[in-house]
Amino acid sequence: MQAYILRRVAQGILAIFVICTVTFALARVSGDPLNVLLPEEASEEQIALIKAEWGLDKPIHMQYLQYLGKLFRGDLGEAIAWPNSTATELIVQRLPNTVKLSALALIVSGVIAFPVGVLVAIKKDTPFDYVGKLFAILGQSAPTFAVGLILMWIFAVQLNFFPTSGSGGVEYIILPALALGYYNVAALMRLTRSSMLEVLDTEYVKLARIKGVPEWKVVWKHCFRNALIVPLTYFGLIGAVLITGSVVIETVFAWPGLGHLVIKAILFRDYVVVQAVVLLFATAFVIINIMVDVLYAYIDPRIRYT
Amino acid sequence: MAAVTTSPEVTGVETQQRAGRIAKGYRAVRELPLIPLIILIFLLVIPAMFANQLAPHNQRIGVLDDAKLPPFWVSESFESRTVVQRADKDKLDVEIGLTNARRKVDRGEATILSGGEDGTVDPGDTLRFQANKGGSMEYPLGTDKQGRDILSRIMHGARISLMVSSLAILLGGGLGTILGMLAAYRGGKTDSIIMRIVDIKLAFPSILLALVLVAAIGAGFTTVIVVIAVLLWARYARVVRGEALSIKQQDFIDRARVSGASNVRIMMRHIFPNLVNTVVVLATLEVGHVIILESTLSFLGAGIPAPTPAWGVMVADGRDLITTAWWIFLFPCLAIVLTVLSMNLLGDWLRDKLDPKLRNV
Amino acid sequence: MTAVQTATDTILEVSNLKTYIFTRAATVKAVDGISFNLKKGETLGIVGESGCGKTMTALSLLRLVPRPAGRIVEGEIVLNGEDILQKSEDEMRDVRGRQISMILQDPQTSLNPVFTIGNQLREALGIAHKENKSSMLSRAVDALRKVNVAAPERRLDDYPHQMSGGMKQRVVGAIAMSCEPGVIIADEPTTALDVTIQLQYLRLLKEIQAETGLAIIFITHDFGVVARMCDRVAVMYAGRIIEQGEVRDIFSRPAHPYTQALINSVPKLEQSVDRLYSIDGQPPLLSNLPEGCRFAPRCPYASDQCYEEYPSSYQLADGHHADCWALDADWQGTPIEEFVPPTGTAG
Repeated sequence: MQAYILRRVAQGILAIFVICTVTFALARVSGDPLNVLLPEEASEEQIALIKAEWGLDKPIHMQYLQYLGKLFRGDLGEAIAWPNSTATELIVQRLPNTVKLSALALIVSGVIAFPVGVLVAIKKDTPFDYVGKLFAILGQSAPTFAVGLILMWIFAVQLNFFPTSGSGGVEYIILPALALGYYNVAALMRLTRSSMLEVLDTEYVKLARIKGVPEWKVVWKHCFRNALIVPLTYFGLIGAVLITGSVVIETVFAWPGLGHLVIKAILFRDYVVVQAVVLLFATAFVIINIMVDVLYAYIDPRIRYT
Repeated sequence: MAAVTTSPEVTGVETQQRAGRIAKGYRAVRELPLIPLIILIFLLVIPAMFANQLAPHNQRIGVLDDAKLPPFWVSESFESRTVVQRADKDKLDVEIGLTNARRKVDRGEATILSGGEDGTVDPGDTLRFQANKGGSMEYPLGTDKQGRDILSRIMHGARISLMVSSLAILLGGGLGTILGMLAAYRGGKTDSIIMRIVDIKLAFPSILLALVLVAAIGAGFTTVIVVIAVLLWARYARVVRGEALSIKQQDFIDRARVSGASNVRIMMRHIFPNLVNTVVVLATLEVGHVIILESTLSFLGAGIPAPTPAWGVMVADGRDLITTAWWIFLFPCLAIVLTVLSMNLLGDWLRDKLDPKLRNV
Repeated sequence: MTAVQTATDTILEVSNLKTYIFTRAATVKAVDGISFNLKKGETLGIVGESGCGKTMTALSLLRLVPRPAGRIVEGEIVLNGEDILQKSEDEMRDVRGRQISMILQDPQTSLNPVFTIGNQLREALGIAHKENKSSMLSRAVDALRKVNVAAPERRLDDYPHQMSGGMKQRVVGAIAMSCEPGVIIADEPTTALDVTIQLQYLRLLKEIQAETGLAIIFITHDFGVVARMCDRVAVMYAGRIIEQGEVRDIFSRPAHPYTQALINSVPKLEQSVDRLYSIDGQPPLLSNLPEGCRFAPRCPYASDQCYEEYPSSYQLADGHHADCWALDADWQGTPIEEFVPPTGTAG
């Protein structure tokens, strides 16, 4: 198990390294950062000066090595489009917001999806089940921004329950978290339902009933943990869904998090910030995946990684 | 049927076969997912093909005087306010400032309900004026802030969605299919290199990759197609590789090799035809995904550039007006959801028919 | 066979039990009016081809027919003097495990893969005994020891996938017997095991029965196992019991052509046979049963009467009945040939 985790971590570091390189390369193709740094009428001397200051006068592979070296010391670089702040500062400012939002979305999806998935499986072929199915298939067909806007329109504009956008108290985070969690709820619910149906049909569930275990215990002890195994494989993807979703949802609700930041950075051609945020997202993604694998082995004792 | 049975040259067996075929055809029609198909035809295919003929208005240039008109079933509404010297900021729904009130009456936008017998507007009078314009069949789904017809824009948006998704799937799917087949057929190093790239690609959140790519190449129609193709190919490559590996094991491939067929010929004439079902099913399952991706990119301002009526762009236009003119964002949203929903249902049906083992892909 | 003499009182009495499964296309009459009874300490074998309703009978006795499609539509199941079909689902929970229990066919799948053996055993024990942890632990160890699991203390922390098939089936047995039920249904408990393990397991069941006075309903398609295990046999065909009686009566004088064919189809080790005996044709679909005798289409003796009306039951000896028109005194068709018992059948 330990060897397995070590190997996964090594693989993860490799993946992050590849992603670093790719974003570095892409960021450099994405247009000359000088256009952002300098006014149009800048003189030759000014250009040279700025180039030297940002290290842009060196050949690209030197710039790359320099970037890696700084990265290794934990220095993500000076933001270009945000004067007087480093990428690290910008990220530290916004990271808590994104973490709050994603964590809440994750909790919302887990708390709704698993019990409802189990419930619709038990109540198979009843109106309950049909509503659940409809909900699940809608969830896969609606883009996150549409869900966000429709929620905003119904609950903020029409019913006036929540503010439309921005940040502040608890009331600001509820709609974005729901919108961000919606896709996961739909997907997880569908998976939980189908794997629950499979488990309900097994011999060990029959044996549990034969030995006189109460039905609620049959469902929540014997079935639930087995039924979790399949949806858990999906949990690795949830990291990706949340990251993707947070970029969109933070834009929709003007939520001051990393997604909001990276969209702005891309528009401003601030490659330093883009690289930093993408690197952070990639790292988070890799860590989530390793955690899922470990959790997986815990839930299903048949899996022993070697 | 009666005509068939009485026809003298038709033998009983043939009649039966023909009847069987008709019954089969009837059953096939009945099993078709009709509702999704109808929605797709009327929402996506017909508007996309005949947008120029069908759209009642120009999709790019609006009439500013007709800006923000609601859909036809919303009728105009009036409200009355009391004229005061200076309106209190918190009471704008019941009060109106004197200057503002006089201007409105002069322009004929408001009528004096009570007071004002002297012909001028004075503080204390009550004004009645139009709060919201009503909709009409001229613009069935209303207009946006530039006075452009939303229905016409949705029709042209359908064309964009259809073009982007078909081209992107053709490009990405084609690339993925070729790489997957290559990986399976060549095996060894080729296989492991291609599959490692697939793994890394699949391990990267797609929207971020797309955004970085768009930032690198610059937004535009071609960029969107290329970016989506880049996002798509990996899944194709993985599925096609698995499929091609099992086909490769079969005898007829060896037979073809023994009879001296070239590698390219074996791949194109022997392996590919056996993959067609998988590729087609995967393509239909991906259309919805691609429409979502395209509209998301366009919504974020990193897809189809603004004046073009892509659905995502329209939603982005309506986002700021969500409190006052809901129809601007809602209709394109619904168009996206309905199209993707129908496409997914159709894809599921096709998968169950043609290639049920893809169920877990 | 001594159990028959020592135990006289009936523990389970099933009369005219009907369990149907209602699907959109048809009604499957899985159990279509069967009656039998079971005495304390006795072993009743239920024999028949797969799909004849044996397992559905077993599930009906536990009231665990798969819902909502399956339903017990008629009959009585009197267990320890009470009709369990009148009980509520809550009351049934006290019946299951404590009064009647079941060993399932496949040990590979009847244990929950994500919990340890100890956990699943303690859960079963906990239904009858609410005690503290350490005494539950010793009970669990005892239960494993009873089914001859070596080093039971160490086995408790194992997961099912760490055990062999035979060991798992013993654990399943221990779970089924944990609350000391009066009746155990063993549904083909050995078919998934290796041949050598099968014998061990059957012997173990017999030993436990001798100790506890348990009544066993033994469901199988194997007449060899019946001969070894059972006191009485009920032969099922297409949802009905077509013949039942003492094992030695059934083996020496099987009355129903189907029973005869079944016994003949058991290959004998002692005999060299040129070809294995088999019955032509297929049993009828339970969703589309014929009017008359269900075996008629495959029966060499069948007459018109057999196709028209279901045969009455004829008593052949004390407790030996068979449903077959050929046993009627007025039978006009070919008489059933004298049965020659194959040599080597245990009695």
